[in-house]
Amino acid sequence: MEINKPKEALFSKKNRKLLKDPMNINNPITVQVLGICSALAITVKLKPAIVMSLSVIVVMALANVITSLMRNMIPNRIRIIVQLVVVATLVILVDQVLKAFVYDVSKQLSVFVGLIITNCIIMGRIEAFSLGNTPWKSFLDGIGNGASYGLILIVVSFFRELLGNGTLYDYPVVEKLGLYDLGYHNNGMMLLPPMALIVVALIIWWQRSKTPSLIEKD
Amino acid sequence: MQELINIFVKSIFIDNMIFAYFLGMCSYLAVSKTVKTGMGLGLAVTFVLTITVPVNYLLQTKILDKGALQWLDPSFVEVDLSFLSFIMFIAVIAAMVQLVEMIVEKFAPALYSALGIFLPLIAVNCSILGGSLFMQERAYATIGQATAFGFGSGIGWLLAVLAIAAIRERLKYSHVPPALRGLGITFIITGLMGIAFMSFMGIKL
Repeated sequence: MEINKPKEALFSKKNRKLLKDPMNINNPITVQVLGICSALAITVKLKPAIVMSLSVIVVMALANVITSLMRNMIPNRIRIIVQLVVVATLVILVDQVLKAFVYDVSKQLSVFVGLIITNCIIMGRIEAFSLGNTPWKSFLDGIGNGASYGLILIVVSFFRELLGNGTLYDYPVVEKLGLYDLGYHNNGMMLLPPMALIVVALIIWWQRSKTPSLIEKD
Repeated sequence: MQELINIFVKSIFIDNMIFAYFLGMCSYLAVSKTVKTGMGLGLAVTFVLTITVPVNYLLQTKILDKGALQWLDPSFVEVDLSFLSFIMFIAVIAAMVQLVEMIVEKFAPALYSALGIFLPLIAVNCSILGGSLFMQERAYATIGQATAFGFGSGIGWLLAVLAIAAIRERLKYSHVPPALRGLGITFIITGLMGIAFMSFMGIKL
């Protein structure tokens, strides 16, 4: 039986879809509504947002692979605890690496590194995907969802840092352009937490106007 | 006593879990369609936060902190287990949620059927783990303060979810642009409510 089945190529059309879909029509933040908590709190500046996205991609890809390898061994009743232990172990590793190499960013992220454990994206994708699929597919799904989560984070923090602080990745863009001399002022409001919600809402608005199939029915 | 009340009020209004830190947003968006479900999950979150924060406080101060194990043996003064805190906290939370579920089922069946499906979901609600991690970061001095913080955060979460659920119930009768319907408008309203809650920041306690 196994022999007759044609072997699937590593990057077949179906597998590429796993990477591509989360970017738009199945975006974890704007469509699946997962992982909002951390997405909003750490998007004041680009640097922490990028570090956070990388950490989430790493944790997610590895957690998906590990749970997918164990998917036939985990008893159904205790699967949440098993998943939490796998994710928590990976997050501890990431946290220690961050503390060792980028201590200042790790201080800025404060509790949000730990909160990757309960980030709904990770638990959601493990529950919905990797418990029923092969490790390679789960790996691609993890990378795809992690990267599209990171994409939203980076877009939001790009606008918030540029408009609120006049810098990009701590580089003073607005000052170099000489806009301050023309009477330009930073909009300090962009740095306040509630503005993150409004920027994400604008992204959702834009995306749904482009893709009408995503509009919610009452 | 006054100090405890200060921490309690501060964690409801100034450091509100949702409007200041966006913790527990996923379940907040999922259950806020009607006031009834919002109330159910809000109560469950308050309940679990009030229990897990003090338990994790004891864990932190008696076992995990640097030198905390001295009560066992003076030679443990250099032992620092705080890198284990994530996995210990989440294990305590998952276990407590299970325990609470069993106790409520046995002694308060009415409450159990009201909270129903929400209790197991709480183990993966970020506001619960967030509460324990904030408790660790802010280093409260006594277990009383930690309990006041946990209870206050829970009440703050409950208030936020009730407010947004009430608004969303009324929103059904208004004309929202199609692309903003549902998720988008909820985000914008939460943002506006967050700005309103920021006015509490001026209060010094």
